[in-house]
Amino acid sequence: MKAAEALIKCLLEEQVDTVFGYPGGFILHVYEALRKSPIRHVLVRQEQAAAHSANGYARVSGKVGVCIGTSGPGATNLITGIANAYMDSIPLVVITGQVKSSMIGRDVFQEVDITGATESFTKHSYLVKDAQEIPRIIKEAFYIASTGRPGPVLIDIPSDIQEAKIDFSYPVSVDIRGYKPTVKGHAGQIKRAVKAIGESKRPLIVAGGGVLLAHAQPELQAFVDKTGIPLVHTLMGKGTLPSKDKHYLGMIGTHGFTRANRALTRSDLIIFIGVRVADRAWGGVSDKALQNVRIIHIDIDPAEIGKNVGTQIPLVGDAKTILPEITAKVSRADTAEWLNELNGYKNENPRPETGLVNPKYAIQLLSDKLNEDAIMVADVGQNQMWAARNFEDRPGRSFLTSGGLGTMGYSLPAAVGAKFAAPKRQVVAVMGDGGFQMSLFELGTIKTHQLGIVMVLFNNTRLGMVRELQSRNYGNTYAVDLEQNPDFIKLCEAYDIPGIRVSDNSQLQEAFDKALKHNGPFLVECMVDPLEATL
Amino acid sequence: MNRHVLSVLVENQSGVLSRVSGLFSRRGYNIDSLSVGETEDPKVSRMTIVVRGDDYILEQIKKQLNKLIDVIKIIELDPRQSVFRELALIKVKTGDNRASIIEIVDIFRAKIVDVANETLTVEMTGDEAKIEAFLSLMEPYGIAEIVRTGLTALERGNREIKNQRKYEED
Repeated sequence: MKAAEALIKCLLEEQVDTVFGYPGGFILHVYEALRKSPIRHVLVRQEQAAAHSANGYARVSGKVGVCIGTSGPGATNLITGIANAYMDSIPLVVITGQVKSSMIGRDVFQEVDITGATESFTKHSYLVKDAQEIPRIIKEAFYIASTGRPGPVLIDIPSDIQEAKIDFSYPVSVDIRGYKPTVKGHAGQIKRAVKAIGESKRPLIVAGGGVLLAHAQPELQAFVDKTGIPLVHTLMGKGTLPSKDKHYLGMIGTHGFTRANRALTRSDLIIFIGVRVADRAWGGVSDKALQNVRIIHIDIDPAEIGKNVGTQIPLVGDAKTILPEITAKVSRADTAEWLNELNGYKNENPRPETGLVNPKYAIQLLSDKLNEDAIMVADVGQNQMWAARNFEDRPGRSFLTSGGLGTMGYSLPAAVGAKFAAPKRQVVAVMGDGGFQMSLFELGTIKTHQLGIVMVLFNNTRLGMVRELQSRNYGNTYAVDLEQNPDFIKLCEAYDIPGIRVSDNSQLQEAFDKALKHNGPFLVECMVDPLEATL
Repeated sequence: MNRHVLSVLVENQSGVLSRVSGLFSRRGYNIDSLSVGETEDPKVSRMTIVVRGDDYILEQIKKQLNKLIDVIKIIELDPRQSVFRELALIKVKTGDNRASIIEIVDIFRAKIVDVANETLTVEMTGDEAKIEAFLSLMEPYGIAEIVRTGLTALERGNREIKNQRKYEED
């Protein structure tokens, strides 16, 4: 069998049913094999979208997302999507075509060293040199992408290798001597953690994206229920605990809530779970504030422990395994006084009905209207924070955004992936006029598949967050505006996608109702005051 | 900024050296020298990496290196219990001083590997201090060229890297 056919068989062995991609000359053998297979191929309109769609697909389904591109520009277009997945630890297998083995290094047409270019933001990569190795490589790639701290794995396959004949047999197991992720927590450290929790008067959980990646929401809930310890979360940790839970305090960080950030500085024991303590989440907390704080840090990646903040009790392993062990051993913390204090702090998050369309109000309204299992995909910039702060935290991987890399244009293609992963769930893509225009071309993909995605566009004719920074740092002068924006409603019309423009809060109800009832894609363009603030 | 010597077992494959060196430049770690070669197992290479940094940096270097799939094992070598060696080839301008240069070469137990009209090429093995001392003695004569391998090192005694625990966070 041809190696390209073997590759597709491997994908089937890995239970892959959907891939996102864009063909080209040096990946044609793979596409020919793909055409004959039961795997659904979603043709994106630019490769970056393929990586983001695979990302959205992975995050909603809990499986590995797969995307395919050709050599050269196809591969380089994937780069932003790969880096984005790396920063947010999303499991992807990225397959790229490469020029013929014998031509590598000669700068031939559409040649680029993609394994070299992506070296620092892939979890691992392969340049296939022997077709016979394809089954082993695919098996390893899926294993590496999805275990330990997940991440993107790239497989670059020269076209002559794709065509070569091989004897196919799929390996049953993987044994990589340099890769043995620690899953189970160290017994001694668990004991110390339990003791520290028992001694603490003001314990606090900081939950991050790692909890979602570990599918450990139920285990976290059980831990919170038993101990009564309050919880704050990072942007990536949104959805780890429902906002309805009485232990829920909100999001921390630069754009977080007062009460949540306050809790951080008042706590005497911080329990990090699946958090890399990134600058945007942690930037405001001084070392001095931590002088008398003990820190337990649970993470599957040992390199994250102690990287950004010192820790007394490091616990390397899978939150899904470690949390039940701790829960079994701890008794209820005496947190009455602490919770009392925390209840004294309020999260300032009014429901303002000012401005043209007030985006905070709009998201809150939408949040109320959406089903319990709805998915919100936020882009980057002000819209991201409006969404993160005002969309209710719900269980079940319901909030997706580009947290680490901050990639504008993420939400539309990621929403495509989310919808393919969960066709029955409502999917809302929230974005600004800047981000929308970075991924406009995906309207084509959305229309082709008649995907029921509600696009909520906050149009303030500005890059709102940039505007805020500029006015803060340079006075009220702006380097750019987007006042020459196209008519987005007409633009969608060209794709035969209906839409409504809303320029007053009072029209939102009707617009959202219509959008959510519509069978297929729908645009709600909300006109927002250019001076509307993030917080 | 202390100096540390790491001994690292890696898969003997193309791309590994680039991944390791890329990691150092990307994360801003200082690398003094790196030497690499095949081991008793042809599928495994061993790198000796000399780095500078405080405890925090060293910890990060070990952890980040360990995340590379191709890295099999890392140990830090204790200078008191290890043999450190480096090889240097030094081309010295002789002028009228041929005899006195040869005398110093003998004292250092170095080797003359090439003799030409105006130069002598010396092969010198030793730890860094010995090589530095020799170089400073050669300097007055005029050094035409130097090439150095970087440090390579092995633990003394019966211990083998294979049998040591892989570096882990505990």
